[in-house]
Amino acid sequence: MLRRAWTLAGIVPFAVYVLLGLGIPTAATAVGAFQNPDTGQFTLSNIHTATHGIYLHGFLITAELSVITSVVPGICGMLIGYAIYTARRGAILRRVAITASGVFANFGGVPLAFLFIATLGTTGIATHWLTAIGFNPYDNGFNLYDLGGVALVYMYFQIPLMVLIILPAFEGLRPAWREAAQNMGAGTWQYWRRIGGPVLMPSFLGCLLLLFGSAFSAYATAEALTSGTIPLTAIQIGSFLNGNVLAGQQNVGKALGLGMVLIIAVLMVLYTLLQRRAARWRQ
Amino acid sequence: MAAIISDELAGETAPPRPRRRRSVPVWRWVILLLTGVYFLIPLYAALRFAGIASFGDVVHQTGFSDALILSLKLAVITTVLTLALMVPTTIYVHLRLPRLRRLLESITILPVVIPPVVLIVGVLEVAPGYLKSTPYLLGLVYVILAMPFAYRSLDAGLRALELRTLVDAASSLGAGWLITLWRVILPNLRTALLSATVLTVALVLGEFTMASLDLYQTFPVWIVAFDQTSGPVSTAASLLALFVTWLFLLLIVTVGSRRARRTGGAQVDLISVTRRDTVW
Repeated sequence: MLRRAWTLAGIVPFAVYVLLGLGIPTAATAVGAFQNPDTGQFTLSNIHTATHGIYLHGFLITAELSVITSVVPGICGMLIGYAIYTARRGAILRRVAITASGVFANFGGVPLAFLFIATLGTTGIATHWLTAIGFNPYDNGFNLYDLGGVALVYMYFQIPLMVLIILPAFEGLRPAWREAAQNMGAGTWQYWRRIGGPVLMPSFLGCLLLLFGSAFSAYATAEALTSGTIPLTAIQIGSFLNGNVLAGQQNVGKALGLGMVLIIAVLMVLYTLLQRRAARWRQ
Repeated sequence: MAAIISDELAGETAPPRPRRRRSVPVWRWVILLLTGVYFLIPLYAALRFAGIASFGDVVHQTGFSDALILSLKLAVITTVLTLALMVPTTIYVHLRLPRLRRLLESITILPVVIPPVVLIVGVLEVAPGYLKSTPYLLGLVYVILAMPFAYRSLDAGLRALELRTLVDAASSLGAGWLITLWRVILPNLRTALLSATVLTVALVLGEFTMASLDLYQTFPVWIVAFDQTSGPVSTAASLLALFVTWLFLLLIVTVGSRRARRTGGAQVDLISVTRRDTVW
């Protein structure tokens, strides 16, 4: 027993660091979410504020943005992934496409915002091109600095991310299944409808969840692009740190943070379940 | 979350591919061409928008060198701390506590689950005043953000080794613990160490959320602040930041796959290095 305890001593530095750097701050946020900022007494008013009015609106807008920027890139990424999958293994096209996906999926935050300002901002290059051919996007309801603009920018890293994470699912489709289906007289449509589709579905849904989570907790790109003018939850939390707070509401930011963590935790659980389901076909 | 995916992929070997496939090259080329255009136009536009001159101007701007130096210092602090913490822990768990590997894996995923914007709220709440008054608090917190990526690289590297055999061989030849670590294990982990380092450095150089909320002007924060003064210069700085990150990533991929071919060890590829930190 003593020996066992002694063996555990080797991971103490790591455990202490995680406790100090992650455990205590997270716990403080969770506790603060239920505290009156002035008296320190237990209260549900932070939670109430965080789930009503502008903050509820923030959660809804964030969810809307996350749905758009996971479903659309999910479908595009699936098509691109399939195009890459059908290319010969080792073909240059395939290698370039996979490398490019890795590079672009790693691309976000501040630099991405500036890339799009240079492209589709009011004085951007593509805006000039479009105006020159008689279609000024800003006269037609487009605005890079609102929700639609942010969604367009998120696609830039969400699509390649989808390609990267869906490819292994395509690779998992056994050629033997297709051959067996063909031997039994199934056409392409029937194969995808009855075999390929159902096998891919859990992976596809799992990937959508990851994209959703990735968009849901994004802060940097939206903040750099809009200077915090769109009401996303992450940006609202940030504004509490910047000091734009009503008296007595200092802890609402913590309640919002707690809400975000809970939502992502639910996504993770669903993701794990879907992965388990998807793993059934590979071993 | 990307960390989790890479784990799912890491252990998988590709199943055999069908030899005969229907040729549908036309639609494939159309899709990939459209995609290529969508991804290349913003890059081209940014290059045009910034103009060649701005690239030279970037370095002369007020605050540029201070911001870059702060970011580089934080990168060094974070990398040293991360490796000092994660290398011994991961090796130790592999050797002595293999049953804790799953637990360690779940713990190192946590920083990916908790968005940085939430974590920094908690950190600023509990950090003592003497830490809050220095930018190096960020370095300490970045270690937490870097953990998932460092752990995954090191774990993949260790799994590809016959660690037990190496350690036993070293000790039967009379090597002590430090010698074994320094002359046997670490040289075998070179690829993993390289990718852990590169990922950590790239993470610190690109991190915006926490730095801006902690009110310190690291490089990405400076780029945004500077945008108020000159758009082209900020765009040029963004492009520079991007190219440097890409060079780092390509470095891992090329060095990683060359070493993997030579040693038959775990391959480090772009999928396993995909990170979402700067975005989150």
